[in-house]
Amino acid sequence: MEGGPGARIREGDCAVLKRDEVFKAVSVLRRRKIIFEKQWFYLDNAIGHVYGTTFEVTSGGNLQPKQEVEETTTETKEAGTDNRNIVDDGKSQKLTHDDIKALKDKGIKGQEIVQQLIENSTTFRDKTEFAQDKYIKKKKKKYEAVITIVKPSTRILSTMYYAREPGKINHLRYDTLAQMLTLGNIHAGNKMIVMETCAGLVLGAVMERMGGYGSIIQMYPGGGPVRAATSCFGFPKPFFDNLHEFPLSKVQSLLSGTFSTETLPADPEENALVEEESNGLSEEKQTSLQETEEEPAPEAPMEINPTEEQDTMDINAEDVEFKENKEKENKENVREKQIKQWERRKKLKEAAALLREKNADGLIVASKFHPTPLLLSLLEFVAPSRPFVVYCQYKEPLLECYTKLRERGGVINLKLSETWLRNYQVLPDRSHPKLTMSGGGGYLLSGITVVLEKDKCDSSNSEALKMEEPSSKRCKLQDLPC
Amino acid sequence: MSFVEYGDTIKDGDTAIVFLGHESMFPVKVQHGSVTQTKYGVIRHSTDLIGKKYGSKVTCSKGGWVFILHPTPELWTMNLPHRTQILYSTDISIITMMLELKPGSIVCESGTGSGSLSHALIRTVAPTGHLYTVEFHQQRAEKAREEFREHGVEHLVTVTNQDVCKNGFGVSNIADAVFLDIPSPWEAIGHAKSALKAEGGRICSFSPCIEQVQRTCLAMEEYGFTEINTLEILLRVYNVRTVSLQIPDLGKAAEDNSSTGFDSSNPSHQESPCANLQQGTVQFKSGVPLREVVGHTGYLTFATKSLV
Repeated sequence: MEGGPGARIREGDCAVLKRDEVFKAVSVLRRRKIIFEKQWFYLDNAIGHVYGTTFEVTSGGNLQPKQEVEETTTETKEAGTDNRNIVDDGKSQKLTHDDIKALKDKGIKGQEIVQQLIENSTTFRDKTEFAQDKYIKKKKKKYEAVITIVKPSTRILSTMYYAREPGKINHLRYDTLAQMLTLGNIHAGNKMIVMETCAGLVLGAVMERMGGYGSIIQMYPGGGPVRAATSCFGFPKPFFDNLHEFPLSKVQSLLSGTFSTETLPADPEENALVEEESNGLSEEKQTSLQETEEEPAPEAPMEINPTEEQDTMDINAEDVEFKENKEKENKENVREKQIKQWERRKKLKEAAALLREKNADGLIVASKFHPTPLLLSLLEFVAPSRPFVVYCQYKEPLLECYTKLRERGGVINLKLSETWLRNYQVLPDRSHPKLTMSGGGGYLLSGITVVLEKDKCDSSNSEALKMEEPSSKRCKLQDLPC
Repeated sequence: MSFVEYGDTIKDGDTAIVFLGHESMFPVKVQHGSVTQTKYGVIRHSTDLIGKKYGSKVTCSKGGWVFILHPTPELWTMNLPHRTQILYSTDISIITMMLELKPGSIVCESGTGSGSLSHALIRTVAPTGHLYTVEFHQQRAEKAREEFREHGVEHLVTVTNQDVCKNGFGVSNIADAVFLDIPSPWEAIGHAKSALKAEGGRICSFSPCIEQVQRTCLAMEEYGFTEINTLEILLRVYNVRTVSLQIPDLGKAAEDNSSTGFDSSNPSHQESPCANLQQGTVQFKSGVPLREVVGHTGYLTFATKSLV
């Protein structure tokens, strides 16, 4: 899905439906019923239109581009000055629920329904102009159902996920994500290490900012990385050529020099990679399997064959041909599995080699795990004078992380922060912050790596002191010769 | 090195950042034969910098040491010479994301000012994008051009010295995004619209005052922009501190003469009320907010230009 503005909606795309502030990501497929904002429709008619087009849902569930309508608000309407005489008895609207339903069933356009509601409201003309404006906006929102189909981007997807499924992204608010991308100096050509459990949203955001240049090594827990959100971005295939992945469970062995691809369990991991949805389950499966099945892994594919042959032995002679075909199939399956396994080992070796160079240009962590062990181990793979950013839904784990990093040394400019975000309503004589606000969007710990000195003597101590923010005591210490 | 590409070792001609300690750093132009004075002593570029790895510790003549860092737009923002009020990374981050900027994007910006946002935009659109930046002050425009040259990014940016409200950005129908940080942005909305691609794009206007925002939103509506949205973003930093709080002496439960601890007739109590307790203090780690923080920078208004 290339091209910025002007790109057209194509079958197979991941598109985002938008109605006011509500978003939903969908796959553009023909004859697939979509339910969005209490309406159901097919996307067929949208295919071929430019992203950003606004549609109306017609009876029958088809989309139709919305025509530009002349606003009939040029005449000055009758309005009141305040609400002192307006009594809210729930009886000011003369149209009943059934009346409105009848209008809808007749196929009357939303615009017309709103007009009807205004005409049948006894209190409308007593409302102030502002109140009338607000009333019309509210009715329009309910009855004039327009849907815009927008092209996915970090902006759209991060806003969508935060509103719809914040639990999937550890409540990472979109402005916090924006800070991470900038603080981490994410740009084309970087070699990035990303560790996230945010459904692949953070990975996608990093990929978007790298534009296909450079490389990314995604660290993952359990059987395989979850990239549900990443596929929503619609990146062209070449973007994935330099995207690698590496299991967290092998990090310690890599750091201690004992890493080897020979000790991989074969099939269980293969199955786990396929099942993105049951990632939680496969995680548990994975840890127990890895503990027990270290040696016999290469043997596993061979073991399947004899038992299958056993079953086919019981079938009578008429099915000899069937049996022969079955055997061929089994052999092919085995070969396929072996090839897949070999490919996976090759990729793993490549990722390990990239990590071993210890020259990554940055580290981004945004996961449900405690950040400290992740940071202490993954920082080893980052070159000196490079930024790193860690996200955590809670502040306290980052306090501990900060302390441990100070003890470790090799990092400067540590900063623990969060961003405060507020949206505004801007209308003539009616400008003010909006009524609701996000209470929290998570916390960030950021810093820059420096050359790590191995000898942990006085020098690292005074280093830690120098890096501390000045407090009343510290000022005196800083005056001492280093 | 350049502001858009990492390098490993310090070279002659680089702009490097000298880091002395917490929030104390400054940029330096690396040159054979040059020396830089710091409070820890002298740094000799030829021997101490050139050829060293970025991120190295450098010991200065008086014995103290510093770290030499690779420049990034974020470090530049914290250390650049101010010719005007600048945008800081908090606002820059949300602007970048909301304008949907990425490698290959074409961006228009006015005013260039001190180049803080400019460097960040250039970094994001590199290597295939471009920044068209307009500055009506001649010296500032010239200084910006000079800095972009020194930082190895001149091929990614075009500085134009004119008034954007009168003459626009100097380009039409090519931008994916436009950014305005000028006193009267509503006067430039029309020019912004024509600079943006016909198929559409994003716009952002930054204004400190709400009255400016109101005028700008009205202008955006008049010119057919949609999805108009105004927000503000503030950074909250926490200092990580180990805090010790004293346990108050609430006396003993049993009836006793020495219960209150505030008995002035008993001299030993006046010195240390907690002397009787085994644990005088409780320690914990806290993220303490700063005493004074930035309460406002400006309102950010975003909108979309679309075909329909």
